[in-house]
Amino acid sequence: MSETTPELSDALQTVLQGLGDKVLAWHDQHGDDTVLIRPEHRLEVATWLKECELHFDMLMDNTAVDFIEEEPRFEIVDHFFSTKTFKRLRVKCRVPENKPNAPSLVPLYGSANWMERETYDMYGVVFDGHPDLRRILLYPEFVGFPLRKDYDKLHEQPLFEARYPGVRETDEVINPRVGVELPIHGTEVPR
Amino acid sequence: MAVDPSKIVQLGNGKNGNLVKPYDANDDSLLTKAGLQDTVWATRLDAVMGWARKFSLFQYPFVTACCGMEFMAVSASHYDTDRFGAALPRFSPRQADMLMIVGTIVHKQAPVLRTVYDQMADPKWVVAVGACAVSGGFYQNYTSVPGADKVIPVDVYIPGCPPRPETILDALVKLQEKIQHSRHDVI
Ligand code: SF4
Repeated sequence: MSETTPELSDALQTVLQGLGDKVLAWHDQHGDDTVLIRPEHRLEVATWLKECELHFDMLMDNTAVDFIEEEPRFEIVDHFFSTKTFKRLRVKCRVPENKPNAPSLVPLYGSANWMERETYDMYGVVFDGHPDLRRILLYPEFVGFPLRKDYDKLHEQPLFEARYPGVRETDEVINPRVGVELPIHGTEVPR
Repeated sequence: MAVDPSKIVQLGNGKNGNLVKPYDANDDSLLTKAGLQDTVWATRLDAVMGWARKFSLFQYPFVTACCGMEFMAVSASHYDTDRFGAALPRFSPRQADMLMIVGTIVHKQAPVLRTVYDQMADPKWVVAVGACAVSGGFYQNYTSVPGADKVIPVDVYIPGCPPRPETILDALVKLQEKIQHSRHDVI
Protein backbone atom coordinates (compact mmCIF):
# COMPACT_ATOMS: atom_id res chain seq x y z
CA MET A 1 0.00 0.00 0.00
CA SER A 2 1.78 3.09 -1.14
CA GLU A 3 -0.72 5.75 -0.18
CA THR A 4 -1.11 6.08 3.59
CA THR A 5 -3.05 8.63 5.52
CA PRO A 6 -1.18 10.86 7.97
CA GLU A 7 -3.31 9.71 10.95
CA LEU A 8 -1.92 6.19 10.77
CA SER A 9 0.62 5.29 13.42
CA ASP A 10 4.26 4.99 12.40
CA ALA A 11 4.29 1.28 12.97
CA LEU A 12 1.25 0.68 10.81
CA GLN A 13 2.68 2.86 8.04
CA THR A 14 5.88 0.82 8.05
CA VAL A 15 3.94 -2.42 7.98
CA LEU A 16 1.68 -1.25 5.16
CA GLN A 17 4.62 -0.13 3.06
CA GLY A 18 6.53 -3.32 3.70
CA LEU A 19 3.66 -5.72 3.02
CA GLY A 20 2.30 -3.89 0.00
CA ASP A 21 -0.49 -5.72 -1.82
CA LYS A 22 -0.70 -8.52 0.74
CA VAL A 23 -2.77 -6.22 2.97
CA LEU A 24 -6.47 -6.30 2.13
CA ALA A 25 -7.65 -3.84 4.78
CA TRP A 26 -6.34 -2.09 7.86
CA HIS A 27 -7.30 0.18 10.70
CA ASP A 28 -5.78 1.53 13.89
CA GLN A 29 -8.88 2.06 15.93
CA HIS A 30 -8.10 3.14 19.52
CA GLY A 31 -4.43 2.56 18.88
CA ASP A 32 -4.85 -1.09 17.87
CA ASP A 33 -2.92 -1.48 14.65
CA THR A 34 -4.70 -4.13 12.61
CA VAL A 35 -4.18 -5.55 9.15
CA LEU A 36 -6.29 -8.07 7.25
CA ILE A 37 -4.49 -10.49 4.94
CA ARG A 38 -5.24 -13.60 2.91
CA PRO A 39 -4.83 -16.88 4.84
CA GLU A 40 -2.32 -18.25 2.33
CA HIS A 41 -0.02 -15.31 3.09
CA ARG A 42 -0.03 -15.87 6.85
CA LEU A 43 3.43 -17.42 7.08
CA GLU A 44 5.05 -14.99 4.61
CA VAL A 45 3.60 -12.01 6.42
CA ALA A 46 4.80 -13.31 9.77
CA THR A 47 8.27 -13.94 8.32
CA TRP A 48 8.45 -10.37 7.09
CA LEU A 49 7.14 -9.00 10.38
CA LYS A 50 9.78 -10.89 12.32
CA GLU A 51 12.60 -9.65 10.11
CA CYS A 52 11.52 -6.06 9.46
CA GLU A 53 12.97 -3.11 11.37
CA LEU A 54 10.11 -3.26 13.88
CA HIS A 55 11.17 -6.80 14.95
CA PHE A 56 7.85 -8.40 15.83
CA ASP A 57 9.68 -11.20 17.56
CA MET A 58 6.93 -12.44 19.86
CA LEU A 59 3.62 -14.09 18.98
CA MET A 60 1.46 -13.14 21.93
CA ASP A 61 -1.81 -14.73 21.01
CA ASN A 62 -3.52 -16.76 18.38
CA THR A 63 -7.24 -17.37 18.34
CA ALA A 64 -10.23 -17.37 16.02
CA VAL A 65 -13.65 -15.81 15.73
CA ASP A 66 -16.70 -17.57 14.33
CA PHE A 67 -18.79 -15.28 12.14
CA ILE A 68 -21.41 -17.91 11.53
CA GLU A 69 -23.55 -15.93 9.10
CA GLU A 70 -20.69 -14.65 6.98
CA GLU A 71 -18.54 -16.26 4.36
CA PRO A 72 -15.63 -16.87 4.82
CA ARG A 73 -16.74 -17.97 8.24
CA PHE A 74 -13.71 -18.08 10.55
CA GLU A 75 -11.37 -15.23 11.26
CA ILE A 76 -7.92 -16.21 12.54
CA VAL A 77 -6.46 -13.50 14.77
CA ASP A 78 -2.75 -13.23 15.59
CA HIS A 79 -1.28 -10.71 17.98
CA PHE A 80 2.37 -9.80 17.51
CA PHE A 81 4.57 -7.88 19.89
CA SER A 82 8.04 -6.47 19.48
CA THR A 83 10.33 -6.72 22.47
CA LYS A 84 12.74 -4.30 20.74
CA THR A 85 10.43 -1.46 19.72
CA PHE A 86 7.49 -2.29 22.02
CA LYS A 87 4.97 -2.11 19.16
CA ARG A 88 1.94 -4.30 18.85
CA LEU A 89 0.23 -5.52 15.70
CA ARG A 90 -2.87 -7.56 15.09
CA VAL A 91 -3.06 -9.65 11.93
CA LYS A 92 -6.32 -11.21 10.82
CA CYS A 93 -7.25 -13.54 8.00
CA ARG A 94 -10.50 -15.22 7.03
CA VAL A 95 -10.86 -18.93 6.17
CA PRO A 96 -14.01 -20.57 4.78
CA GLU A 97 -15.95 -23.29 6.57
CA ASN A 98 -15.43 -26.02 3.94
CA LYS A 99 -11.65 -25.55 3.91
CA PRO A 100 -10.57 -23.90 7.18
CA ASN A 101 -6.85 -24.17 6.47
CA ALA A 102 -4.04 -21.70 7.02
CA PRO A 103 -0.26 -22.14 7.18
CA SER A 104 1.10 -22.73 10.66
CA LEU A 105 3.46 -20.27 12.35
CA VAL A 106 5.30 -22.97 14.31
CA PRO A 107 8.42 -22.79 12.07
CA LEU A 108 8.78 -19.13 13.14
CA TYR A 109 7.41 -18.97 16.68
CA GLY A 110 7.61 -21.82 19.18
CA SER A 111 4.74 -20.30 21.11
CA ALA A 112 2.45 -20.90 18.14
CA ASN A 113 2.48 -24.64 18.82
CA TRP A 114 0.11 -24.80 21.78
CA MET A 115 -1.92 -21.74 20.78
CA GLU A 116 -2.70 -23.16 17.36
CA ARG A 117 -3.60 -26.47 18.97
CA GLU A 118 -6.07 -24.63 21.16
CA THR A 119 -7.56 -22.78 18.21
CA TYR A 120 -7.91 -26.10 16.42
CA ASP A 121 -9.42 -27.67 19.54
CA MET A 122 -12.07 -24.98 19.96
CA TYR A 123 -12.84 -23.91 16.39
CA GLY A 124 -11.63 -26.69 14.13
CA VAL A 125 -9.33 -24.40 12.17
CA VAL A 126 -6.57 -26.51 10.60
CA PHE A 127 -3.00 -25.21 10.55
CA ASP A 128 -1.00 -26.76 7.72
CA GLY A 129 2.56 -27.63 8.64
CA HIS A 130 1.86 -27.85 12.36
CA PRO A 131 4.03 -30.67 13.76
CA ASP A 132 1.47 -32.01 16.25
CA LEU A 133 -2.03 -30.78 15.54
CA ARG A 134 -4.27 -32.54 18.06
CA ARG A 135 -6.60 -31.47 20.84
CA ILE A 136 -4.90 -29.76 23.75
CA LEU A 137 -7.61 -28.93 26.31
CA LEU A 138 -10.36 -31.39 25.50
CA TYR A 139 -10.06 -35.14 25.41
CA PRO A 140 -9.50 -37.06 22.17
CA GLU A 141 -12.95 -38.68 22.38
CA PHE A 142 -14.66 -35.30 22.07
CA VAL A 143 -16.66 -34.87 18.87
CA GLY A 144 -17.07 -31.42 17.35
CA PHE A 145 -15.66 -28.02 18.19
CA PRO A 146 -17.29 -26.41 21.20
CA LEU A 147 -16.64 -22.72 20.52
CA ARG A 148 -18.26 -22.83 17.11
CA LYS A 149 -21.52 -20.97 17.28
CA ASP A 150 -23.49 -23.98 16.02
CA TYR A 151 -22.29 -26.25 18.86
CA ASP A 152 -25.15 -26.70 21.36
CA LYS A 153 -23.80 -25.31 24.62
CA LEU A 154 -25.74 -27.86 26.70
CA HIS A 155 -24.37 -30.81 24.78
CA GLU A 156 -22.01 -32.64 27.13
CA GLN A 157 -19.86 -35.59 26.21
CA PRO A 158 -19.12 -37.47 29.44
CA LEU A 159 -16.40 -40.08 29.36
CA PHE A 160 -18.53 -42.61 31.22
CA GLU A 161 -22.09 -43.08 32.35
CA ALA A 162 -23.30 -41.04 35.30
CA ARG A 163 -23.70 -42.89 38.59
CA TYR A 164 -27.28 -44.10 38.96
CA PRO A 165 -28.33 -43.10 35.42
CA GLY A 166 -32.05 -42.56 35.15
CA VAL A 167 -32.64 -42.21 38.90
CA ARG A 168 -34.90 -39.30 39.78
CA GLU A 169 -34.57 -36.91 42.71
CA THR A 170 -37.32 -38.58 44.70
CA ASP A 171 -36.02 -42.13 44.43
CA GLU A 172 -34.17 -43.78 47.26
CA VAL A 173 -31.46 -46.37 46.94
CA ILE A 174 -29.36 -48.37 49.33
CA ASN A 175 -25.99 -46.89 49.97
CA PRO A 176 -23.78 -50.00 50.07
CA ARG A 177 -21.19 -48.43 52.35
CA VAL A 178 -23.40 -47.25 55.17
CA GLY A 179 -26.23 -49.72 54.78
CA VAL A 180 -28.97 -47.15 55.15
CA GLU A 181 -31.34 -45.69 52.63
CA LEU A 182 -30.34 -42.31 51.38
CA PRO A 183 -31.98 -39.91 49.00
CA ILE A 184 -29.83 -39.57 45.95
CA HIS A 185 -28.91 -36.07 44.99
CA GLY A 186 -26.89 -36.73 41.89
CA THR A 187 -29.63 -37.38 39.39
CA GLU A 188 -30.43 -37.06 35.77
CA VAL A 189 -32.65 -34.04 35.43
CA PRO A 190 -34.12 -33.77 31.95
CA ARG A 191 -33.26 -30.44 30.43
CA MET B 1 -22.97 -66.34 87.66
CA ALA B 2 -25.78 -65.62 85.25
CA VAL B 3 -25.81 -62.02 84.11
CA ASP B 4 -29.08 -60.17 83.98
CA PRO B 5 -28.97 -58.37 80.63
CA SER B 6 -31.05 -55.48 81.92
CA LYS B 7 -28.37 -54.71 84.51
CA ILE B 8 -25.56 -54.18 81.99
CA VAL B 9 -24.79 -50.51 81.53
CA GLN B 10 -25.41 -49.41 77.98
CA LEU B 11 -23.30 -46.30 77.90
CA GLY B 12 -23.32 -45.77 74.19
CA ASN B 13 -26.53 -46.57 72.43
CA GLY B 14 -25.24 -45.42 69.05
CA LYS B 15 -28.33 -43.35 68.46
CA ASN B 16 -27.56 -40.09 70.16
CA GLY B 17 -23.87 -40.67 70.07
CA ASN B 18 -23.36 -40.56 73.82
CA LEU B 19 -20.44 -42.68 74.76
CA VAL B 20 -20.32 -41.91 78.44
CA LYS B 21 -23.26 -42.14 80.73
CA PRO B 22 -23.38 -39.40 83.37
CA TYR B 23 -22.34 -40.62 86.78
CA ASP B 24 -25.28 -41.88 88.71
CA ALA B 25 -24.92 -42.65 92.46
CA ASN B 26 -27.97 -44.93 92.48
CA ASP B 27 -26.63 -47.02 89.66
CA ASP B 28 -26.62 -50.69 90.74
CA SER B 29 -25.11 -52.14 87.59
CA LEU B 30 -22.34 -54.69 87.57
CA LEU B 31 -19.65 -52.09 86.98
CA THR B 32 -20.78 -49.98 89.87
CA LYS B 33 -20.96 -52.99 92.13
CA ALA B 34 -17.41 -53.79 91.12
CA GLY B 35 -16.38 -50.21 91.88
CA LEU B 36 -15.32 -49.59 88.31
CA GLN B 37 -17.88 -47.00 87.25
CA ASP B 38 -15.22 -44.27 86.90
CA THR B 39 -12.59 -46.45 85.34
CA VAL B 40 -14.27 -48.67 82.77
CA TRP B 41 -16.74 -47.56 80.16
CA ALA B 42 -19.07 -50.16 78.76
CA THR B 43 -20.20 -49.46 75.24
CA ARG B 44 -20.71 -51.05 71.87
CA LEU B 45 -17.59 -51.71 69.86
CA ASP B 46 -19.37 -50.09 66.96
CA ALA B 47 -19.75 -46.82 68.82
CA VAL B 48 -16.10 -46.82 69.84
CA MET B 49 -15.04 -47.39 66.26
CA GLY B 50 -17.21 -44.51 65.13
CA TRP B 51 -15.84 -42.31 67.85
CA ALA B 52 -12.27 -43.13 66.91
CA ARG B 53 -12.86 -42.74 63.22
CA LYS B 54 -14.62 -39.43 63.42
CA PHE B 55 -11.69 -37.80 65.19
CA SER B 56 -8.98 -39.17 62.93
CA LEU B 57 -10.05 -38.07 59.49
CA PHE B 58 -7.14 -37.97 57.10
CA GLN B 59 -8.09 -35.85 54.17
CA TYR B 60 -7.12 -36.01 50.54
CA PRO B 61 -7.69 -32.54 49.06
CA PHE B 62 -8.70 -32.83 45.40
CA VAL B 63 -8.29 -29.12 44.76
CA THR B 64 -9.11 -28.04 41.23
CA ALA B 65 -10.29 -24.44 41.32
CA CYS B 66 -10.86 -21.22 43.23
CA CYS B 67 -12.49 -22.90 46.26
CA GLY B 68 -8.98 -24.11 47.03
CA MET B 69 -8.17 -20.68 48.45
CA GLU B 70 -10.95 -21.09 50.97
CA PHE B 71 -9.76 -24.58 51.72
CA MET B 72 -6.30 -23.24 52.52
CA ALA B 73 -7.85 -20.71 54.87
CA VAL B 74 -9.77 -23.47 56.62
CA SER B 75 -6.71 -25.65 57.00
CA ALA B 76 -4.58 -22.79 58.30
CA SER B 77 -4.46 -21.76 61.91
CA HIS B 78 -7.27 -19.16 61.87
CA TYR B 79 -9.97 -21.77 61.40
CA ASP B 80 -7.94 -24.95 61.80
CA THR B 81 -9.48 -28.27 60.89
CA ASP B 82 -7.06 -29.82 63.39
CA ARG B 83 -9.53 -28.91 66.13
CA PHE B 84 -11.83 -31.54 64.63
CA GLY B 85 -9.15 -34.12 64.11
CA ALA B 86 -8.95 -33.59 60.37
CA ALA B 87 -5.55 -31.99 60.24
CA LEU B 88 -3.15 -33.78 58.01
CA PRO B 89 -3.69 -33.70 54.27
CA ARG B 90 -2.32 -36.90 52.79
CA PHE B 91 -0.99 -36.60 49.30
CA SER B 92 -1.64 -40.21 48.53
CA PRO B 93 -5.23 -41.41 48.35
CA ARG B 94 -4.18 -44.72 49.85
CA GLN B 95 -3.49 -43.02 53.17
CA ALA B 96 -6.62 -40.89 53.22
CA ASP B 97 -10.16 -41.56 54.32
CA MET B 98 -11.87 -38.24 53.59
CA LEU B 99 -11.85 -37.03 50.00
CA MET B 100 -12.50 -33.31 49.71
CA ILE B 101 -13.55 -32.28 46.21
CA VAL B 102 -12.69 -28.60 46.18
CA GLY B 103 -13.61 -26.92 42.92
CA THR B 104 -14.93 -27.55 39.45
CA ILE B 105 -14.74 -31.03 37.96
CA VAL B 106 -14.58 -31.23 34.18
CA HIS B 107 -15.38 -34.25 32.07
CA LYS B 108 -11.72 -34.77 31.24
CA GLN B 109 -10.93 -34.97 34.96
CA ALA B 110 -13.78 -37.26 35.92
CA PRO B 111 -11.86 -40.53 35.33
CA VAL B 112 -9.02 -39.19 37.48
CA LEU B 113 -11.41 -38.39 40.30
CA ARG B 114 -12.93 -41.84 40.13
CA THR B 115 -9.49 -43.45 40.15
CA VAL B 116 -8.51 -41.45 43.23
CA TYR B 117 -11.72 -42.52 44.94
CA ASP B 118 -11.19 -46.15 44.02
CA GLN B 119 -7.64 -46.05 45.38
CA MET B 120 -8.77 -44.91 48.82
CA ALA B 121 -9.10 -47.69 51.35
CA ASP B 122 -12.42 -48.28 53.09
CA PRO B 123 -13.89 -46.74 55.17
CA LYS B 124 -13.98 -43.52 53.15
CA TRP B 125 -16.09 -40.43 53.00
CA VAL B 126 -16.47 -37.70 50.41
CA VAL B 127 -17.15 -34.01 50.94
CA ALA B 128 -18.14 -31.81 47.99
CA VAL B 129 -16.94 -28.27 48.70
CA GLY B 130 -18.53 -25.42 46.80
CA ALA B 131 -21.32 -24.97 44.30
CA CYS B 132 -19.23 -26.39 41.49
CA ALA B 133 -18.58 -29.71 43.18
CA VAL B 134 -22.19 -29.90 44.38
CA SER B 135 -24.02 -29.17 41.15
CA GLY B 136 -21.67 -27.68 38.61
CA GLY B 137 -22.39 -24.22 39.99
CA PHE B 138 -22.87 -21.60 37.37
CA TYR B 139 -21.14 -23.70 34.75
CA GLN B 140 -23.56 -25.31 32.36
CA ASN B 141 -21.54 -26.05 29.29
CA TYR B 142 -19.74 -28.63 27.22
CA THR B 143 -16.99 -29.32 29.70
CA SER B 144 -18.17 -29.16 33.33
CA VAL B 145 -19.53 -32.14 35.22
CA PRO B 146 -22.85 -31.04 36.79
CA GLY B 147 -21.96 -32.20 40.27
CA ALA B 148 -19.20 -34.50 41.43
CA ASP B 149 -21.85 -37.00 42.53
CA LYS B 150 -22.25 -37.93 38.87
CA VAL B 151 -18.87 -39.58 39.25
CA ILE B 152 -18.54 -40.81 42.84
CA PRO B 153 -20.85 -40.95 45.88
CA VAL B 154 -20.81 -37.84 48.06
CA ASP B 155 -21.59 -37.74 51.80
CA VAL B 156 -21.72 -34.04 52.62
CA TYR B 157 -22.54 -31.18 50.29
CA ILE B 158 -21.30 -27.66 51.08
CA PRO B 159 -23.02 -24.86 49.17
CA GLY B 160 -21.50 -21.48 48.49
CA CYS B 161 -19.28 -19.96 45.86
CA PRO B 162 -16.92 -20.22 47.59
CA PRO B 163 -18.25 -21.47 50.96
CA ARG B 164 -17.34 -19.54 54.07
CA PRO B 165 -14.77 -21.34 56.26
CA GLU B 166 -17.43 -21.71 58.96
CA THR B 167 -19.57 -23.62 56.48
CA ILE B 168 -16.76 -26.05 55.78
CA LEU B 169 -16.19 -26.59 59.50
CA ASP B 170 -19.92 -27.13 59.92
CA ALA B 171 -19.78 -29.76 57.20
CA LEU B 172 -16.94 -31.42 59.04
CA VAL B 173 -19.06 -31.63 62.18
CA LYS B 174 -21.95 -33.01 60.15
CA LEU B 175 -19.68 -35.65 58.68
CA GLN B 176 -18.50 -36.58 62.16
CA GLU B 177 -22.10 -37.06 63.24
CA LYS B 178 -22.69 -39.24 60.24
CA ILE B 179 -19.62 -41.33 60.97
CA GLN B 180 -20.61 -41.74 64.61
CA HIS B 181 -24.04 -42.97 63.60
CA SER B 182 -22.95 -45.26 60.80
CA ARG B 183 -22.51 -48.97 61.14
CA HIS B 184 -18.88 -49.96 61.57
CA ASP B 185 -18.35 -53.60 60.83
CA VAL B 186 -15.53 -55.20 62.78
CA ILE B 187 -13.93 -57.80 60.53
S1 SF4 C 1 -17.99 -22.90 43.68
FE1 SF4 C 1 -17.28 -20.85 43.07
S2 SF4 C 1 -15.38 -20.54 44.22
FE2 SF4 C 1 -15.84 -22.74 44.23
S3 SF4 C 1 -14.74 -23.62 42.49
FE3 SF4 C 1 -16.79 -23.12 41.79
S4 SF4 C 1 -16.62 -21.07 40.93
FE4 SF4 C 1 -14.82 -21.39 42.21
